[in-house]
Amino acid sequence: MWRFIKPGRRNLRAWQLVLLALLFLAWHVLTVPGLVPHFLFSDDNQAAFFFGQPLKVLDRIGHWFFVDADIYRHLAVTLWETVLAFGIGTVLGLGMGLWLALSPLAAAILDPYIKAMNAMPRVILAPIFAVWFGLGVASKVALGVTLVFFIVFFNVYQGVKEVSPVILANARMLGANRRQLLRHVYLPSATSWVFSSLHTSVGLAFVGAVVGEYLGSAQGVGYLILQAEGSFDIDTVMAGIVVLTVFALVLDAIVGRVEKALMKWQPQAGESEKV
Amino acid sequence: MTPAALSLEGVSCTFAARDGAPGFTAVRDVTLAVEAGEFVSVVGPTGCGKSTLLNMAAGLLAPSSGHVRAFGEPLAGLNRRAGYMFQAESLMPWRTALGNVMAGLSFRGAGEADARALAMQWLQRVGLAAFGDRYPHQLSGGMRKRVSLAQMLVLDPDIILMDEPFSALDIQTRQLMENEVLALWQGLSTTNAAMAEPAGARSAAPEQAGLGPSGAASAPSRAVRKAVLFITHDLDEAIAMSDRVVILSAGPASRVVGEFRIDLARPRDVAEVRSDPRFVELHKAIWDVLREQVLAGYQQQLAKA
Repeated sequence: MWRFIKPGRRNLRAWQLVLLALLFLAWHVLTVPGLVPHFLFSDDNQAAFFFGQPLKVLDRIGHWFFVDADIYRHLAVTLWETVLAFGIGTVLGLGMGLWLALSPLAAAILDPYIKAMNAMPRVILAPIFAVWFGLGVASKVALGVTLVFFIVFFNVYQGVKEVSPVILANARMLGANRRQLLRHVYLPSATSWVFSSLHTSVGLAFVGAVVGEYLGSAQGVGYLILQAEGSFDIDTVMAGIVVLTVFALVLDAIVGRVEKALMKWQPQAGESEKV
Repeated sequence: MTPAALSLEGVSCTFAARDGAPGFTAVRDVTLAVEAGEFVSVVGPTGCGKSTLLNMAAGLLAPSSGHVRAFGEPLAGLNRRAGYMFQAESLMPWRTALGNVMAGLSFRGAGEADARALAMQWLQRVGLAAFGDRYPHQLSGGMRKRVSLAQMLVLDPDIILMDEPFSALDIQTRQLMENEVLALWQGLSTTNAAMAEPAGARSAAPEQAGLGPSGAASAPSRAVRKAVLFITHDLDEAIAMSDRVVILSAGPASRVVGEFRIDLARPRDVAEVRSDPRFVELHKAIWDVLREQVLAGYQQQLAKA
């Protein structure tokens, strides 16, 4: 019997699900009023007030997706903001990274400013963006862009700096001009670095969108959470968090797929091939 | 008299030091010519500036003094008539084997279909026809060298520069590759006319390479073999493959200290030729000169350490 239950490679997924179920069970037992005597709070209902109840949270999520079906609009907005922030931030970071890596003088001049902007806690820009771009999609995208840009920028900069000098010399001997070097050597080399930072940058684009919404908006999942918080509706706040988490996991999985498809020229550790 | 395919005339190369300290002189006052169709090897102890010499011949590095000429014309920038095979990995890892061989052709403006056909032909010639869609990391070290060879030869360069191309390979693979290079090099000369036939794109590549009227003028000389400048630290390899072996002194400020004509009959098999009495004789004569330099180089390294 134990042979089948013993954790191992085989039943990894099952154990992960068991762990999830246990967490929900603990949450349930500790928060439902009157199920166990209160020991931390002064009242049976307080645990539920502060931590929410899993069944109510699930019920809320069910209403969002199936009964009222009103979350899709908010999810779409958050997703759209994430995609825009990721796209714009990546393109800007790529362009800027290529430019500065290939012109050392500009890099030397801009160096302290880039360091300063990177060191600055950029979430603090959110109120300014709200003033500049209003409470719509644009201000969230702007916040996400500032987060994504630096990740991509530093990776591209590094990537271009570390292009193998031999590959570069070889391409030149083969007759590549400056533009062809950029297109066929620098860019592919830099994109491999961009992809290695893809998980981080998609995650940050998402953070930018949600934090932006949370600080002031009229739609989006962050807005739902903000609203629920205003009325001390912890169950809804928790439901929003669960939805965001699942959503982030899905995004990450998609990124993983894309990465695998585009980076097939890169060796993978321990990879063997079927001939 | 036709000018040498490649000539270095009194070239020196001094690398600038960072903080005003005297620079490092890698080679000093080296004069060396490679005739069209000649296979010349340069041997010398480690760190004697062999690669520096080759980089100057390729135009990747400008000499501090002296001149480099290709077919009589002074180099301005890269040597457009030369192909370079590097010691280290030089394939673009994001391109397949076929893509890598095609790279030079498409850089020089050849059409996609023409480039593909010609590149495929060359992959076939180096025995990798079945591996065109593999990425470099999926190939063995020897296969990658073959791809590099095809990548260079597909452009039909008049001068071939090789920088210890097989030093990273095991001894068996290495001898195979050496024989293959010799066969290709000799084949290039004898079947030159025949090879020009199958690919119409073939003529497109050199023209795109900016070989102006002078390239056309040297058309008669294209019937002869390509000129090869081969850098190695392996004396056996140098003798087995070359028409001439040039010895560089220990660095810094290396210079030419000896030159030997290798009068072994061709075609040669690099493994068999080693037991030829003439080979042994030449090896002894050259080693007598080279040994001194190797010891001097070794002493210097010890002194620095």
